[in-house]
Amino acid sequence: MLEIGLGHYLTVAAILFTLGVFGIFLNQKNVIIILMSIELMLLAVNINLVAFSTHLQDLVGQVFALFVLTVAAAEAAIGLAVLVVYFRNRGTIAVQDINQMRG
Amino acid sequence: MSQQLNSDFPIPDIVVALPEVILAVGGMALLMLGVFRGDRSTRTVSWLAVLTFLIAAVVVIQQPGDRVVAFGSTFVVDAFSKFVKVLVLLGSSVALIMSHGFIRSEKIERFEFPILIVFATLGMCMMVSANDLISLYMGIELQSLALYVLAAFNRDSLRSTEAGLKYFVLGALSSGLLLYGCSLVYGFSGTTTFEGIALALTSDGASSAQNIGLIFGLVFLTAGLAFKVSAVPFHMWTPDVYEGAPTPITAFFAGAPKMAAMALFVRALVGPFPDLTPEWQQIIVFISIASMLLGAFAAIGQTNIKRLMAYSSIGHMGFALVGLAAGTEDGVRGVLIYLAIYLAMTIGTFVCILSMRRTEGMVEDIDDLAGLSQTKPLMALSLLILMFSLAGIPPMAGFFAKFYVFLAAIQAELYTLAVLGVLSSVVGAFYYIRIVKVMYFDEPAEAFAYPMSGEMRVILFGSVAFTALFFLYPSLLVATATSAASALF
Repeated sequence: MLEIGLGHYLTVAAILFTLGVFGIFLNQKNVIIILMSIELMLLAVNINLVAFSTHLQDLVGQVFALFVLTVAAAEAAIGLAVLVVYFRNRGTIAVQDINQMRG
Repeated sequence: MSQQLNSDFPIPDIVVALPEVILAVGGMALLMLGVFRGDRSTRTVSWLAVLTFLIAAVVVIQQPGDRVVAFGSTFVVDAFSKFVKVLVLLGSSVALIMSHGFIRSEKIERFEFPILIVFATLGMCMMVSANDLISLYMGIELQSLALYVLAAFNRDSLRSTEAGLKYFVLGALSSGLLLYGCSLVYGFSGTTTFEGIALALTSDGASSAQNIGLIFGLVFLTAGLAFKVSAVPFHMWTPDVYEGAPTPITAFFAGAPKMAAMALFVRALVGPFPDLTPEWQQIIVFISIASMLLGAFAAIGQTNIKRLMAYSSIGHMGFALVGLAAGTEDGVRGVLIYLAIYLAMTIGTFVCILSMRRTEGMVEDIDDLAGLSQTKPLMALSLLILMFSLAGIPPMAGFFAKFYVFLAAIQAELYTLAVLGVLSSVVGAFYYIRIVKVMYFDEPAEAFAYPMSGEMRVILFGSVAFTALFFLYPSLLVATATSAASALF
């Protein structure tokens, strides 16, 4: 029977985090996918925090995770709001069309 | 291992955080005022916000200089935080005053504008006083969320909203990196307070696996913080955001947030990781050299002056990081002197950029400054002094800023860093002096249509006078910075 320990949780979190980072850089289609990738990264961090918190028998990690959740919600709200005003001006949210300023 | 948390905050804790309390309560009160009175109250709200900043600054100065921790040691006030908070509050209030004419002429005079600046400033003060990974993160996010909105504040302009969107995406990415670093540091040290992390590193029980985990976390943390000070290789957002954001917001971005982020950078490396100095020193030396070189070379081909100032700020943050790379008390003193002088120079330059207005609207090209010495001799002279100072030509203040950081680098035996720094400063001088050449030797372009308002003149005069006359009386700033830097060691 496989014992699920701290290492497993950290590995899952690391994989999710990497997926999130790659989602931001490799995605050429839609800004919404970038927002989802950002959420993925933050949730990977939360897995880390909660796993460490249980491992260390220390509640601070879980308090930190709650703070991260709250801020992530605010961040998503602001991101979507900025995206909406951008869409009104540009008429598209495709990543390759965000190119007014270059150099 | 577990951290001691106070379940109740005694009144003295509130007194320690009084400037932040004033900013928070002031911001919310102004928000109510704005909501009830509508957009016609913008000017009033704006001046009241400046008043709030000044009151907070006075309270900061009145606080005792000794190190005081509060709120379960998540919040610290010492000479270092006092020094940077005064810079931040000064930068924010000046940026707010500078925005008055612009937001009126661009028809974006909405009352949320000053309130967002108040909350961003509150976040910056939190960053400067952070003594714990949680308060560090909360401070950064409070600042960043307000700044994303400010970058996109001109919501009918494609460029402004695009700047906001880019800033948001890359800012959120950097927050993710920073948080991942925080989670690793917490996991491998068992605590989130800076003292606790330093203690976990020095204790004999620290295994090598634990140290590797901490170094991993440290690298992610550094990446996130390097983004906030726009150091290479995390600078990609800076030129686009500076160019697209409304000009007074660009002036704000170049000032106060850089001060706060750099102070946080210094505190988050020197406070919890003194035993890993050789490890983080390598990273800082690299990003410092890369920022200085990129700031020098990439700015050469720019035609837009706001974009040029973005590369200039990347370069200047590289110079400031030279002091941090030294990792000594003298190095931190150099960083603080650099920040103060950079704030003065950048404010003055942006006053000039904000007065580049013709009857058809704002202009932002360097060529629009052609022949300024004939159409507006005083403004040309001010810009000449500021450009010489940004280039680091003695006897302007910018020379002394560079002098103190390079001195610290030499004392720390970082000769390569110092030599590359001086070389890139020579290259950087090219594009600053090109602006002077355009102003003084080119055929005059159409003159700028509007005279500067009274408060803009005062700000420009103050900034130019500080820059040009700093060499007469440097001891006050140097002495304050020295005592502020010693608070960290």
